Amino acid sequence: MKITRRHLLVLMPAAAVAWKFVLAGTPEASPNYQLTEHWWAMLMDLTKCIGCGSCVRACAQENDVPDGYYRTWVERYHVTDWKIERPQVESPDGAKQGFPANELSDGKNFFVPKLCNHCADSPCTQVCPVGATFISPDGVVLVDKNYCLGCRYCVQACPYGCRFINPKTMTAEKCTLCYHRITKGLTTACCEACPTGTRQLADLKNPKDPIHEFLKTHSVQILKPHMATGAKVFYNGMDGSVR
Amino acid sequence: MFKDIEHLIRLAVVMLIALIVFIVVRAHVVPRSFGQYGHYRGAALGEIASRPVALAGHEACETCHSDVADLKKQGKHVVVACEACHGAAANHADDPGSIKPAKLDTAILCARCHEANSAKPRGFPQVVTADHANGVACDTCHQPHRPKIDLQPETKGTKK
Amino acid sequence: MQIPVEGFMYPNEVELQWSILIVLYPFITGLVAGAFILASLERVFRVQAVKPTYRLALLTALAFLLVAPLPLQLHLGHPERSFEMYLTPHRSSAMAMFGFVYLWYLMAVLLLEIWLDYRRDIVLKSQTSTGFPRFIYRVLTLGSDNISERSLQIDERVGYFITLIGIPSAFLLHGYVGFIFGSVKANPWWSSPLMPIVFIFSAMVSGIAAVMLLYMLSTRLRGREIDMRCVDTIAQYLMYTFIIDFSLEMLDLLQRIYEADESFRSLDFMVHTRLWTSQVIVQILLGTVTPITLLALTQFLKFSATARKRIYAVAGVLTVIGIFAMRWNVVIGGQLFSKSFLGYTTYKMGFATREGLLPAIALMILPFIILWVLVKLLPPWPDAALSASGATAAHGTS
Ligand code: HEC
Ligand code: HEC
Ligand code: HEC
Ligand code: HEC
Repeated sequence: MKITRRHLLVLMPAAAVAWKFVLAGTPEASPNYQLTEHWWAMLMDLTKCIGCGSCVRACAQENDVPDGYYRTWVERYHVTDWKIERPQVESPDGAKQGFPANELSDGKNFFVPKLCNHCADSPCTQVCPVGATFISPDGVVLVDKNYCLGCRYCVQACPYGCRFINPKTMTAEKCTLCYHRITKGLTTACCEACPTGTRQLADLKNPKDPIHEFLKTHSVQILKPHMATGAKVFYNGMDGSVR
Repeated sequence: MFKDIEHLIRLAVVMLIALIVFIVVRAHVVPRSFGQYGHYRGAALGEIASRPVALAGHEACETCHSDVADLKKQGKHVVVACEACHGAAANHADDPGSIKPAKLDTAILCARCHEANSAKPRGFPQVVTADHANGVACDTCHQPHRPKIDLQPETKGTKK
Repeated sequence: MQIPVEGFMYPNEVELQWSILIVLYPFITGLVAGAFILASLERVFRVQAVKPTYRLALLTALAFLLVAPLPLQLHLGHPERSFEMYLTPHRSSAMAMFGFVYLWYLMAVLLLEIWLDYRRDIVLKSQTSTGFPRFIYRVLTLGSDNISERSLQIDERVGYFITLIGIPSAFLLHGYVGFIFGSVKANPWWSSPLMPIVFIFSAMVSGIAAVMLLYMLSTRLRGREIDMRCVDTIAQYLMYTFIIDFSLEMLDLLQRIYEADESFRSLDFMVHTRLWTSQVIVQILLGTVTPITLLALTQFLKFSATARKRIYAVAGVLTVIGIFAMRWNVVIGGQLFSKSFLGYTTYKMGFATREGLLPAIALMILPFIILWVLVKLLPPWPDAALSASGATAAHGTS
């Protein structure tokens, strides 16, 4: 704990230089970033989630998400006994401040973080009339805010409720999987801030990515599989009541 | 014969002119990079990727705050990234002299993660903060970067 | 402004995306398609009885078609970018394709048909009028004032051909609006292959009713006698299409109730609470069952002409209200429930806001102003056409 100011000042210049690279978007990975060599996804290990909302706050700070709108959020489920078709769900302010204490013991309780599933067959990009939202070559569903009409058809088409209209830009907005970070070799803001390792960014095209081993050894689900969206956020330990 | 369909020919010409105008305008107005990778503006990828970063990432913090990092490594908070508690601090990392992360209120901060909640995984250390801390700030007893309190049997329950 | 929520909504769902303006859009395009189909009836199937409404129906269709894109435009976040829809249309998007269907219908069908039908009047007017109207008529003649017997015959044939294309186009126009909703698989309230068909039939119903009302009203205003044979026939058509429309909707409903899929409980609850007034009371009871019953009564019982006129007027107004309620229930109803099927939100309509009630009312008045101008410019009255130069064009008089 004892660190002198001097110590810091000596350290500073070197670190500052390294940091400049990150800010300029050129840490090692970035100049050689090849669009075709990645296929991004996320792993969500629900057995670890503590519902602290760190991801929601980090996302809001990282992406300037306006208050009352969410690129990611956390839900708390409460399922009594066998009634898995009627869970009680809540997500106060998207869990930006975590969850109030609860001690419900009649049944099971758990948290489910949500974000854009970056579907490979995304219904939202399908309906965009002008090509303002699209799947990037590296598998991320993005919105071109300089081209979007704000017709909101994509918001209607998303089965997961992941899109909204930004009241400032009046264009559709959604999780970019922190495209500005992952293309610089950083992880997403939500994964960075997740204290438990619930969220893990995964690159399906990278054979060394631990996700492959994980998928091999766990029973993993996606949300609303009957929608056939090709969702790429994989949930481990997800209860049947989640929708 | 021709005279009797002249008005239709005129109409066809008007429509043709409209079509040509449309095609010419279209050729000029559609953004250059449209269609580069697919049915969208290829330049959008670069625009989205060039957004500045707000969370620097714990590696960046650790280059300067190696003392905190070392301390953190001794306890279970090693898994908790600096910015999960301190908030986005890229602009501090960029210019530590003039921008500092806001002071934290441990009563809120620690409770978000540790407040007892039946939805949390069983093994996660959690307390009912009202009973546990009695309104005393968490960091009077716990060092935030290495929260474990090494209990000697006789000091159990007393401060520090 | 806190929006009341019941149960659980995904946090981004609380706010409704498509407002009353988007309710107007299928309502208005429906009137267009319906009015046009009524006009085509006369021309293609040579139903002489509805002849007096032919031109009026065309002009009504045009007036509403010109207004149809405005509510969309007003609701866009970036109206100035809407032309992108024509520059880089996304082929897999129902909305983008609708842009082209709209353009096709406006330019290739409606304007052409009206132009061909009125060309003789336009040429005559360009010679008799003065001042600014004269200029407009001159432009409309495209510089050709040939109205020889032969050229008019050609116009008649081309016009017939266009009407032939026009009927499927009108179906396409409104079927497409239905498809915009029916193809959203994420939304069980919309997602249905019947949606385009239901939209087409409800469009015909509203269009026929609107033209019937407009005809009765305009004849009244001009102090002429209402042609009873005409309105009787229209009312009959109205009843038949309405019955088909209602059966289709009931078919959809029965299927939903019987299948009772995962969304059913949620939607059922919504219909019994938030949509009870607009769906069950206004749309079904007041706006569908009542007019059908009224129209059916005129078929079975012998009423005097005045009584029939009154019944038609009441039935027509109820019909238009009912179809509006149907659009409302589709558009707004489809956004009141959560896609998690666990909760409901509320629609708060603004008043003088961009997507509020006031612009909606203004947009509903606008077509009538346009219609008024069009009627001044191109009088649709059969008697007016007669007095202009004796004999009407090749297709017979009423
Ligand atoms: C370039 C070196 C550098 C980097 C990188 C850096 N810091 Fe600092 N930080 C400093 C210096 C120097 C101070 C002391 C400033 C002072 O006291 O005037 C400081 C102070 C702090 C303080 C205490 C502020 C206070 O009020 O006393 C916190 C908290 C902090 N840093 C967090 C972080 C976090 C989190 C990161 C990672 C995002 C980070 N720092 C990255 C140099 C750095
Ligand atoms: C569990 C939450 C938590 C984490 C994780 C955490 N901090 Fe802190 N940190 C605190 C709290 C609480 C304080 C004391 C209150 C304050 O200064 O705002 C603090 C204080 C500091 C200070 C100021 C003086 C001191 O005590 O040294 C620095 C510098 C600092 N942290 C840096 C870091 C760095 C660097 C990291 C990542 C390696 C980090 N912190 C991780 C909670 C945390
Ligand atoms: C962002 C979430 C987060 C915040 C904020 C946080 N912690 Fe933790 N804490 C954790 C995690 C994760 C662990 C490790 C749990 C495990 O591995 O079992 C942990 C462990 C602990 C432990 C148990 C340590 C041990 O060795 O058994 C204590 C005590 C603790 N935290 C206290 C605090 C205090 C005090 C604060 C406020 C300064 C705080 N925590 C803030 C996430 C957090
Ligand atoms: C009066 C001193 C004191 C204060 C204030 C205090 N704690 Fe503790 N805390 C302790 C001691 C002592 C232990 C270890 C004893 C134990 O495990 O029961 C402990 C243990 C914990 C643990 C680990 C529990 C477990 O099951 O492993 C957590 C988590 C924790 N504290 C969180 C907090 C939080 C959050 C606050 C602030 C709201 C806080 N503490 C305030 C003294 C304190």
